[in-house]
Amino acid sequence: MKKNLLKTILLWLAIIFVVVFSLAPALWQLLTSFKLNEDISKLPTIYFPTRITLSHYTELFTRRPFWRYILNSAFVSILSTAFSLGIGAPAAYALARLRPKGQNIILAGILVVTLFPGILLFLGLLEIVQFLRLGNNYLALIIPYTAINLPLTILVLRSFFEQLPKDLEDSARVDGYNTWQTLTQIILPMTLPALVTTGILTFIFAWNEFIFALTFITREDMKTIPVAAAQLSGASTFEIPYGPIAAATVLGTLPLVLLVLFFQRKIVQGLTAGAVKG
Amino acid sequence: METIRSREQKTALILLIPAMLLLLLVFGYPIARAFWLSLFTENLGTQLQPVFSGLDNYGRMMGDGRFWQSFLVTTIFTSASVILELLFGLVIALVLNQQFFGRGLIRTTAILPWALPTALIGLAWAWIFNDQYGVANDILLRLGLIQTGINWLGEPTLAMIAVIVADVWKTTPFISILLLAGLQSISADLYEAHSIDGATPWQSFRQITLPLLIPQILIAVLFRFAQAFGIFDLISVMTGGGPGGATEVVSLYIYSTIMRYLDFGYGAALVVVTFMLLILAVVVANLLLRVSRMSTN
Repeated sequence: MKKNLLKTILLWLAIIFVVVFSLAPALWQLLTSFKLNEDISKLPTIYFPTRITLSHYTELFTRRPFWRYILNSAFVSILSTAFSLGIGAPAAYALARLRPKGQNIILAGILVVTLFPGILLFLGLLEIVQFLRLGNNYLALIIPYTAINLPLTILVLRSFFEQLPKDLEDSARVDGYNTWQTLTQIILPMTLPALVTTGILTFIFAWNEFIFALTFITREDMKTIPVAAAQLSGASTFEIPYGPIAAATVLGTLPLVLLVLFFQRKIVQGLTAGAVKG
Repeated sequence: METIRSREQKTALILLIPAMLLLLLVFGYPIARAFWLSLFTENLGTQLQPVFSGLDNYGRMMGDGRFWQSFLVTTIFTSASVILELLFGLVIALVLNQQFFGRGLIRTTAILPWALPTALIGLAWAWIFNDQYGVANDILLRLGLIQTGINWLGEPTLAMIAVIVADVWKTTPFISILLLAGLQSISADLYEAHSIDGATPWQSFRQITLPLLIPQILIAVLFRFAQAFGIFDLISVMTGGGPGGATEVVSLYIYSTIMRYLDFGYGAALVVVTFMLLILAVVVANLLLRVSRMSTN
């Protein structure tokens, strides 16, 4: 009995550690974003401010095109998610069911490619962007984001397609459906949950991407949130605007916090399917 | 039968082609192009025209102290953060695998850092480690561990510690998710039989959990190794590679070689070397994975 009590206490200490570890840095930024400037720079640090303000948020929207940044991020992320699902799902199906020639080579290639960091690609992509005159064009982000999300999309959806009962497709074939009809009319509707899982992950990756957004987009009103927020501190030469930076991080992370809150289970499923089964 | 099979092949090809073309464009071309360009000198000295120079760029790399320094920084950053993430990730996965009230909510909390944009997280940690108003200094002062505020991001070793802390915070959840999945696939019967044989929890952990978890650990480490090795956004936002190059990882060096010094040929050579190192890591991890799968079977 005593041993059990000790175990429970240890477990809850560990749980508290996990919660504090995971939340504290983000909560600190949230708190900073509501503090008055004088409270932000007061020593010793104020942990429980008596006054709060929304001025850092209003500053982002009045003195900077923050709506545009949010819209840019949303536009680029949603479109590239749609494209990687649209292009990745058929490829995943082919790999799961049609046993194409060179299947193993294709799969190995896809797996290796998931490990390439953006820095290896940006020089070649920069040349393509310049050659096609895509600088300051959303396509300069949408195309690479779609491609970068393809491997994960293909791996997760392939493992899903492999679990679907094959009888379904066999009976569809008996009913005279060709492969394309089977795919669009029978398989895809059943795949909706897996598409949502994958789509959430690709959306997160696209929303978070930094190096291409930094390099290929220089026009102020076309920037995405991570880049725009990172450049806030360089904007004023006198003092670093800690409050607005904190507010910008809160706004930029909020959509993802909501996604995690609602889709925790799906995110975990997708990540493990993508990494472990691949 | 033959015709069905060949029709299937045709359909498969049609379904695969768009994805393959896009992957070739965004992954294949830049890598191939870097190999080709690395044989040329193309910089301000050649008025940005490519001039064939054989392996000159690689020779230059041998004597380039800044490259070796960035390589060392990357190695320290990568090994320290991956080891710490593995330790924390394992502990968190073991905790999340227990039965307790509110487990779903705690799991949600635990994966949150992973989903947040790295660049923004970098800003948050730079603020925490701020030399004047940072909360890290305030806590250490209150605990009496330091007498005056530390200039975290302004001292070489401390700046390195700060970026490692931020990276560990951000990506530990990724490892705990993968390891938790591994833990859940281990049958409870194994532990029961083992404890009937008189094994302590620590022995069960050493003799059951750890060996069965090795494939997941290797996969997680491989992914994290590749990501940490190519880290850009976090360090770029927190320190910009400073102070004095103390946190300048290879990808930051590549970026400024190309974007600031417009030295495309040499930048391409740096890309090639980084690429080769990654491939080497994949090969080694793959070998280890095979060995571990063979020994568990």
